[in-house]
Amino acid sequence: MKLQISNFKFQNAKLRSSLILIFVFCIMYLVVGSALASTGPSSAAPVSESATPWWVWPLVLFAVTFILGIVAVLGGVGGGVLFVPIIGGFFPFNLDFVRGAGLLVALAGALAAGPGLLKKGMADLRLALPVALIASASAIVGAMMGLALPQNVVNTALGATILGIVAIMLMAKKSEYPEVKQADALSTALRINGIYHEASTGQEINWKIHRTPQGLALFIIIGIMAGMFGLGAGWANVPVLNILMGAPLKVSVATSKFLLSITDTSAAWIYVNNGAVLPMMVVPSIIGIMLGSIVGVRILAKAKPAAIRYIVIGLLLFSGTRALLKGLGIWN
Amino acid sequence: MEKKLKATEEQLTYSKILDLGMKVGLLALVITFIIYLTGIFTPHIPVNDLPKYWGMSVHKYLEATHIPRGWGWLGMVGKGDFLNFISIAFLAGVTTVCYIAIIPILFRKKDTVYGMIAIVEVLVLVLAASGILKSGGH
Repeated sequence: MKLQISNFKFQNAKLRSSLILIFVFCIMYLVVGSALASTGPSSAAPVSESATPWWVWPLVLFAVTFILGIVAVLGGVGGGVLFVPIIGGFFPFNLDFVRGAGLLVALAGALAAGPGLLKKGMADLRLALPVALIASASAIVGAMMGLALPQNVVNTALGATILGIVAIMLMAKKSEYPEVKQADALSTALRINGIYHEASTGQEINWKIHRTPQGLALFIIIGIMAGMFGLGAGWANVPVLNILMGAPLKVSVATSKFLLSITDTSAAWIYVNNGAVLPMMVVPSIIGIMLGSIVGVRILAKAKPAAIRYIVIGLLLFSGTRALLKGLGIWN
Repeated sequence: MEKKLKATEEQLTYSKILDLGMKVGLLALVITFIIYLTGIFTPHIPVNDLPKYWGMSVHKYLEATHIPRGWGWLGMVGKGDFLNFISIAFLAGVTTVCYIAIIPILFRKKDTVYGMIAIVEVLVLVLAASGILKSGGH
């Protein structure tokens, strides 16, 4: 089995180049990191009391986000939803910086996926634009609230939200082609409908949506939560677009991913302008999760281990409980 | 009902700009980070001191490091760590450019409602980016 996996990896040129890049990045970190640590600019401020050299944490962060990138793709979730509770719960970084990095990680992933999804017509601009306006304005409010609230409150709310996401993942139904008997007045006025080509069956799927006002109202809450916790919001976008509003599953998933590029942009600006962005956290995280996603997609093309979904749920359950207990002062 | 077998003109325009912006932004992010790591430009916060600050709340961190809020980082791009903010701001600005590009297309197609939605979205993103909105302390 190991031999097969090994053969698969190294037969793939793109995968090989990704792994080389990772290796180079790690070596660069080790060499430059130790060099900078010994000859870097001096400061009047005392260095950390911790015996761990500074470069260890970004390196570990890179390795962990690389794994998260793989797991996220195989588990069918966004990287941001795993990033914030896991990095926030088990790394020494303050939650303010973790959320700022989480938003930028989700933003980078959405920016990378967006062009392809739009070009293929899977993500729908007419569906996305009204939703994005509401979600991005709400995300600003959420980001400001998140940076203003005490850490224990944010941690408690984050933990409760993550456990809620686990419940959604376990219970929420999905519908490939939801039945929409009649489009509602608002979606008709906005001409939110379309046809997409389903490559697997060769069919052209004609779709329209309903319950648009209720869906838009829910995006106020989704936007606030995305901004407050830096989670991305695919876990909420997809059920609302698919189950409530009746968009086909593939259109919902693609439009949700594209939506993140707009929602997270507005929230990310609030974190950037309020100083909650540390490049030493952000860049290794973005590169790690993106390289992990590339490897994840390659693995997904060959196999999708059924257990991975339960691993994702287990990770969320554990890290959500950790955040909740940390917020309540029970597990610090 | 309007039939859309292919992506619309505004959708393709948006996608082209997003694609280019994303590629340039991510490349810039890697380059500026490598420059930061090599120490060519002295960072504002010495890398050895980072562990002392990354556990602080953002409000305490800004006080301790004398970093200004908002666009004050622009005056510090000569520092290795703040050089990275150019690429981060670029990535965060790509969406606004995409929106600005599709506004004329939407109005030309007499899609006034969506043209207005796009204008309001640009205003929302500009407001977020402006640095006017500051959060309180905790």
